[in-house]
Amino acid sequence: MHWLMMARWSPYVAGTGIGLLACAAFLFLDRPLGCSMAFARTSGMIEKLLRGPKVLQKAFYRKFPPAVDWEWMLVVGIVVGAFISSALSGQLKATWVPERWAQAFGPSAIVRVGAALLGGIFVGFGARWAGGCTSGHGISGTLQLAVSSWIAVLCFFAGGIATAMLIFRLAHS
Amino acid sequence: MLAGVRSSKGAQLAVGLAIGVCFGFCLQKGAVTRYDVIIGQLLLRDFTVVKVMLSAVVTGMLAVHLLRALRLVELHPKPGSLGSSALGGLIFGVGFALLGYCPGTVAGAVGSGHLDALFGGVTGIMLGSGFFAAAYPTLDRSVLSKGYFGELTFPQALKLNPWVLVLPAAAVLAALLAMIEHAGL
Repeated sequence: MHWLMMARWSPYVAGTGIGLLACAAFLFLDRPLGCSMAFARTSGMIEKLLRGPKVLQKAFYRKFPPAVDWEWMLVVGIVVGAFISSALSGQLKATWVPERWAQAFGPSAIVRVGAALLGGIFVGFGARWAGGCTSGHGISGTLQLAVSSWIAVLCFFAGGIATAMLIFRLAHS
Repeated sequence: MLAGVRSSKGAQLAVGLAIGVCFGFCLQKGAVTRYDVIIGQLLLRDFTVVKVMLSAVVTGMLAVHLLRALRLVELHPKPGSLGSSALGGLIFGVGFALLGYCPGTVAGAVGSGHLDALFGGVTGIMLGSGFFAAAYPTLDRSVLSKGYFGELTFPQALKLNPWVLVLPAAAVLAALLAMIEHAGL
């Protein structure tokens, strides 16, 4: 069981495992696996809690009801799986500011959380605009050779690389 | 058995959770639940993310098409349009670089104790999704349908047997990984 406690696996081993899991979703659930829709459903559930059932009349929530489904459980599972993995290798530790971030933008947790919040808003908005994220398009879609997914994933990385280069250059100047 | 799992809501939720636990385990062992690794990829200094993703795509592509040839699975390509897939992809990309996680890895980062992922990332992604739900009727009528091509795969578009593209695509992606490794990235 030594391999369960390793700090890190070869990226090819981790990737092969993820590819088989994406395949398992097709086999057992007859659906491609994706993560971002669970966040949109949760957002709808919270909005319903705050503003009442009229939220369900919104066109988006009529199409994608804000309720727990298997993808929602998948995201819960990811939290649990990563928790077990990091605990087994002794890496589990509460942190606010990642190292590379601190080197470029300083050690403030407020600045980091603010940037993550802004980035998260773009990620949530963009994932719904594109109809999927790095798992739904980036893995489950590209492996089907879907045209939408190959366009989306190339744009994820084009936008991501350009933005990362820009903000890190600004930080160093 | 497969039909039973696919039609039972309880079984779907249980399978979803089980796949998720294994997925989160692999993401954390692959080190892609770390901001430093993901931003390292976007700065082109660390190719772990590309290695994990491409080996997942090659494995999944071969396995899914094999099961499809055995009539055990069907493909479900997402519909798309230039307005949706390309513009949405670029918006996602900007956020991807600011946040340093995506929706799957942010959940893994939360499980590994990264509080910026929880308080910034998860909150932000839910807010952004909510903003999109509010803007959806307007966007749906305009930009999302621009250049619509639907649920299209490359083999369908080119009227080819899927294997004619699957095998070369898997070979090209594997060669790309070998080149990245050879270059010491």
